[in-house]
Amino acid sequence: MLKFIKHHMETIDGIEIYPIISLLIFFGFFIALFWWVIKSKKTYIDKVSQLPLDH
Amino acid sequence: MELQQFYYDNKIVKNFIYATILWGLVGMSVGLLLALMFIFPNLTDGISWLSFGRLRPLHTNAVIFAFVGNAIFAGVYYSLQRLLKARMASDFLSKFNFWGWQAIIVAAAITLPLGYTSSKEYAELEWPIDIAIALVWLAFGANMIWTILKRRERHLYVAIWFYLGTFVTVTVLHVFNSLELPVSFLKSYSVYAGVQDALVQWWYGHNAVAFFLTTPFLGLMYYFVPKAADRPVYSYKLSIVHFWSLIFIYIWAGPHHLLYTALPDWAQNLGVAFSIMLLAPSWGGMINGLLTLRGAWDKVRVDPVLKFMVVAITGYGMATFEGPMLSLKNVNAIAHFTDWIIAHVHVGALAWNGFLAFGMIYWLVPRMFKTTLYSTKLANTHFWLGTLGIILYALPMYVAGFVQAEMWKQFAPEGTLVYTFVDTLVEIMPMYWMRAIGGSIYILGAIVMLVNMVKTVKSGSDVTDELAEAPALQKISKGRLRGETFHVWLERKPVQLSILATIAILIGGVIQIVPTIMVDSNIPTISSVKPYTPLELEGRDIYIRESCVSCHSQMIRPFRSEVERYGEYSKAGEFVYDHPFLWGSKRTGPDLHREGGKKSNVWHFNHMYDPQAIEEKSIMPRYPWLISDKQDYSQTRSKMEAMVTLGVPYTDEEIENSEMSINKQATAIAEDLLANDDIKTSFAEEQAEYGNNFVPLKDREIISLIAYLQRLGTDIKVKETAQIKN
Repeated sequence: MLKFIKHHMETIDGIEIYPIISLLIFFGFFIALFWWVIKSKKTYIDKVSQLPLDH
Repeated sequence: MELQQFYYDNKIVKNFIYATILWGLVGMSVGLLLALMFIFPNLTDGISWLSFGRLRPLHTNAVIFAFVGNAIFAGVYYSLQRLLKARMASDFLSKFNFWGWQAIIVAAAITLPLGYTSSKEYAELEWPIDIAIALVWLAFGANMIWTILKRRERHLYVAIWFYLGTFVTVTVLHVFNSLELPVSFLKSYSVYAGVQDALVQWWYGHNAVAFFLTTPFLGLMYYFVPKAADRPVYSYKLSIVHFWSLIFIYIWAGPHHLLYTALPDWAQNLGVAFSIMLLAPSWGGMINGLLTLRGAWDKVRVDPVLKFMVVAITGYGMATFEGPMLSLKNVNAIAHFTDWIIAHVHVGALAWNGFLAFGMIYWLVPRMFKTTLYSTKLANTHFWLGTLGIILYALPMYVAGFVQAEMWKQFAPEGTLVYTFVDTLVEIMPMYWMRAIGGSIYILGAIVMLVNMVKTVKSGSDVTDELAEAPALQKISKGRLRGETFHVWLERKPVQLSILATIAILIGGVIQIVPTIMVDSNIPTISSVKPYTPLELEGRDIYIRESCVSCHSQMIRPFRSEVERYGEYSKAGEFVYDHPFLWGSKRTGPDLHREGGKKSNVWHFNHMYDPQAIEEKSIMPRYPWLISDKQDYSQTRSKMEAMVTLGVPYTDEEIENSEMSINKQATAIAEDLLANDDIKTSFAEEQAEYGNNFVPLKDREIISLIAYLQRLGTDIKVKETAQIKN
């Protein structure tokens, strides 16, 4: 009976590359994000975080 | 630098606040009525448009789109203008947004009780209303982006990113999930079928929670909590990480609504993995909100606004901890289809959305009407009533969920199920009572707020557009300045920011949905699965109209307990002609996927007429109108033609002969029913009374519904479930 739910993906060409691409996208995304956040200047961050209280 | 003078549009904010309070009370009251129907199933006896199935989507839509929706608009229109130091770009678009949204809500409040529904959860509205929603939503987005382009503040505060992310994502979700083929003015079929429809629907359904109930409210949190506490957000850096990781990860999590179903395993597992990861950004945001109050906790003791906000953020934290846990397959196996889920969503709706909206309203109204709050005491009363209401609502539902799950799965030593479905219902009736009481207390709190607001408004002066001044924005290079990092540049480029946010949310959706649609041929076709007969198709539309799916699933999970209770577990290939899918998400009543052939036609007839006559403790309401009303077959052909367009293999001959086919199948069912003496006598009496106006039994709605119910799950049942006892 398992035949009904197995083997969904086997017939897509080049399916092996999907998880590798997914991992790269995911990893790259967060590396870039943390890189930016760690590098951002304190003066800038302070200024922007005051915006709601500015008026 | 020369200062420019301009006015903030306060009147539009006022209108949205009024609408929030009004629709909030309506949506909650419908919810309370539904809660009472669990205890008194025939509370609205015989009134079709007040039946449970028709009111349930009205409740969810009213709370999500009317109450929370108007609160979002109120908060966005207030904060956006001030964060950008600019009036909304177009008064026309603002008004169009307001009146258009209210018109849509009214249209929903009329069509849903009349049974016009697509049956897809939180997207029940029919296609003309879907188009109207798209237009009004685009007007909101256009107005927002136009205002951003005309701003006097260079940098876009993080709240605005959340608003932009909300706008682009809801647009994408709404368009793709609402793709449907119209049959008539208020009837359409989803272009997707079965497994694909389920995946698209829960990609939408999950992200309606994410991008309508969460991201806009996080934007509001990042604006109003600092305002109310009078201090900047705890960590702006954390808010940046919060935004990007939340929108990136959230969009993947949809399949956790379909664990153990016929959805392919890879998609289920992907959904689980991303749901677990979601815990990090969600709690990052929650901690950021709470820690904004560092050093200001003394204010929380005295300020009802902050009290509401603290409980709201705590509720957000609880719901977003619970969500990933519910996504674990072993937890989901217990919680899915039970009242646990009802508890979960109400912690989100009542605490996070409700309390943040209340906090915002208490903060905004006195300021807009240039006065002080009429009574802090009443506001505190509201706070405590609301908190007590949430606890009394949620706790019994958690208990009910566990009790249901355990009883459903209980086996006797000899290998038979211990409890019938009704046994479980009887056991949790006290919880349903407590839930109704908790809900009532919560509504009582909202009424206290209404009184407080009316008094506050009366004591204040008219809302006027507020004068402000700021220097115009100096033009600087479109490109990056020297020393300007990418993200700082991005924060002054709204269009680019929106595009990147769109890409971030599209990745997850594309990776999950495209393969499932591409591998159409890989949803293993089962040769014995055939399209519905014309009569069954019409019966299915009755099932959709009455929203039977609100209480009955059509998805038997591959568990011993479910196979034993309901029959062979559901296969992906069985749903290939189901436009839309009707798997359901809650079992207030038993699963119906293998209902076909289990009971006699007479049983179904009597059960629809009076469920309590057959099962005394049943809480299913009566459906007498199905027995008295004549079935409308005028659209059968166009329905079949629409199905052909969507890929259902009806031949021209079948469409041509649909009337004959209906007549034959209906007559057989009617004759079977009339062989029962009671039914025969009552119809003979009716015929004598009505004479020429008498509608023969075979032409009534109950016939097509019985035909559909008797067909359910029978395509493969014959071969594989012969050995399964019911």
